[in-house]
Amino acid sequence: MDLILVNLIDGLVTGLLLFMLSAGLTLIFSMMGVLNFAHASFYMLGAYFAYQISLGLGFWMGLLVAPIIVGVIGAGVERYGLRRVHQYGHVPELIFTFGLALLIEEIVQFFWGKNQMPYSPPEALQFTLFSIAGNAIPAYKIFMIFVSMGIFIALLYVLTRTRVGMVIQAALSYPKTVEALGHNVPLVFMGVFGVGTALAGVAGVIAGPVLGTFPGMAFLLGSIVFVTIVIGGLGSLWGALVASLLIGWLTTFAASYNVEFADILMALGLQKPEDMDTALLRDLWSLTLPQIGPILPYLLMVLILVFRPYGLFGKRDV
Amino acid sequence: MKKKTILGMGTALALTLGASAGFAENIKIAFIDPLSGPFASTGTNGLHQYEFAAQALVNDKGGVLGGDMFEIVPFDNKISPKESLIQLQVAIDQGVRYVVQGNSSGVAHAITDAVAKHNRRNPDSRVLFLNYAAVDTALTNEKCNFWHFRFDANADIKMDALTDVIAANENIKKVYVIGQDYSFGKTVAEAAEKNLAEKRPDIEIVGNELHPIGKVKDFTPYARKIVASEADAVITGNWGSDMLGLGKAVIENGFSGPIYTYYAAGSGMTAAFGETGKGSIRLIGEGQINPPPSDEATAYYEAFKAKYPDGNIDQPRISNVIAMLAKAIEEAGTATDVVAVANALEGMEFESMWGTKIYMRPDDHQAIQNLHVGAHTDENITFPYDNSDYGLLSESTVEMAGMDSATTCDMKRP
Repeated sequence: MDLILVNLIDGLVTGLLLFMLSAGLTLIFSMMGVLNFAHASFYMLGAYFAYQISLGLGFWMGLLVAPIIVGVIGAGVERYGLRRVHQYGHVPELIFTFGLALLIEEIVQFFWGKNQMPYSPPEALQFTLFSIAGNAIPAYKIFMIFVSMGIFIALLYVLTRTRVGMVIQAALSYPKTVEALGHNVPLVFMGVFGVGTALAGVAGVIAGPVLGTFPGMAFLLGSIVFVTIVIGGLGSLWGALVASLLIGWLTTFAASYNVEFADILMALGLQKPEDMDTALLRDLWSLTLPQIGPILPYLLMVLILVFRPYGLFGKRDV
Repeated sequence: MKKKTILGMGTALALTLGASAGFAENIKIAFIDPLSGPFASTGTNGLHQYEFAAQALVNDKGGVLGGDMFEIVPFDNKISPKESLIQLQVAIDQGVRYVVQGNSSGVAHAITDAVAKHNRRNPDSRVLFLNYAAVDTALTNEKCNFWHFRFDANADIKMDALTDVIAANENIKKVYVIGQDYSFGKTVAEAAEKNLAEKRPDIEIVGNELHPIGKVKDFTPYARKIVASEADAVITGNWGSDMLGLGKAVIENGFSGPIYTYYAAGSGMTAAFGETGKGSIRLIGEGQINPPPSDEATAYYEAFKAKYPDGNIDQPRISNVIAMLAKAIEEAGTATDVVAVANALEGMEFESMWGTKIYMRPDDHQAIQNLHVGAHTDENITFPYDNSDYGLLSESTVEMAGMDSATTCDMKRP
């Protein structure tokens, strides 16, 4: 029972981090129709910039400044890169972002090398806030939860309660009409791209100290972000949140419980083979849940695509 | 009889070479390891350690055989066995007689096979393979050959020494074994179970699991299980980001016991663990860095840092490879007849500056030496890693680890 509570908190942290990444991506994807393969690379840039800034000015300045730099770079990429490529169609756009992801990884390795970076949480948050049955909950985790929740509420407010939000929402569905009404749609696109990448930057800043800051960090998270927005539904902030939390809890619980498939198979009435070496399904018999935990989100995505192609909260097909 | 002829020829050759010392050619040593791609930093750091060792231990002292210099020739294998074989051929064509390699046992398997085949077919241009880091036990067991020498302790010897240290600690009653889901992780887990069962049957293995390699984003759930199992110690063979992620998660989520590891230092990892790892991380390895075991080692490390301020001597055995090769060449009186050099290396006893005797066991060409368990700390550290305050302080030593470890090697000598 205690472990369930602890897992709920751990899964919440993972899920909210994922949300910060996928929120930006889902907005960008639905507005421009382009899958930004480089999105996780901006997450990595956030972590590296914050690390560099924290060396001189401390963690908090890094948290403040790094996402802004990442956002400006993101806006620049949209303005001078994506917008030019856009006229040639979706495939060149896709290839452009793909190349960008590789380029960013090489640049990061050029400046910072290939090693792990000693990027740590601020000392003020390096203590155990409380414990549940011997399981320490670090203060930094609770801090991560609050930052992510704050960002979600702020985003929701901007999108649903402000004029800018109205224009963005309208531009999501009817860009031509919005343009005809005199709004500068390319500027809106640039702004959304900038804010989206800045959000990825924030995720990098606060995840870097926990999940490690190294050149492979973008690759590690790259594909799961797409899975999240597909499950959640395109353009839906709520969808991104629900899908992120779902994946966070799914992977956390899967890794926590050593359920063996042998037990499930026996519960189904199958006889455990005496000699494992000659058994037909010997790999299946020896499989445990933590071993397949990381692929469960992909399985969920496939199921969603089969039964609800527009995602949990989406309004249109992928 | 044949041996005598070879020795005689070698001496004659050495004499002619000695006579023409002015024209002495460099003794080329091919370094075949990754210099680009994801493992480039490990490879490059190793290359620097070789170049420094050759310069400091051989060339600055006037070379071997009265003036022949060591020259390290780097070849980038991109950690691919196929690429390594191409580079090996290029190296042999350039007249290289000595090949050093260490990153990835997969590559080492390819090279040792290729070298054996080459030497069988080309008795005039035989080469020696000096393996300085690939620890797969098979290389000195069923896949052993006369041309291969291993200077690092193999995975079983390391686990043997590690479990000696664990067995001596009465406070450890429960152990959790966790590793990456591939051959090396499984080997570590099996060896840990086997050794603990023999040495301390009362120790309970409360967890033994494998996680997908390079795919786990957050190790927190694993850390929770380790805490919940009430283990007193953790054993893992993890490396790279899997090591850092697991280690940090386990410590930050409330585990206070020792974490026994193979690869948790250097390459940015020591700096990244920093204060977090203090009192937790224990690493098994050869070569004592802190406290410096000898004045020679101190001077050597200082000179290395002066030349490579961003580097670490995280593989002290590299200097042993160079020094032992130089000694073997001197004893054999030749650098071109590698059979004579190999015979000199076999059974060699060598006093390393890192405070251990090294015995090159003739049965399987496995170097036997003291192994140390070092603690990650910032106290009494003379030579830290990663330009941080932290380094490894030798806590316990297993003398001549694995001296009588079994081998299945059936060596065929030329």
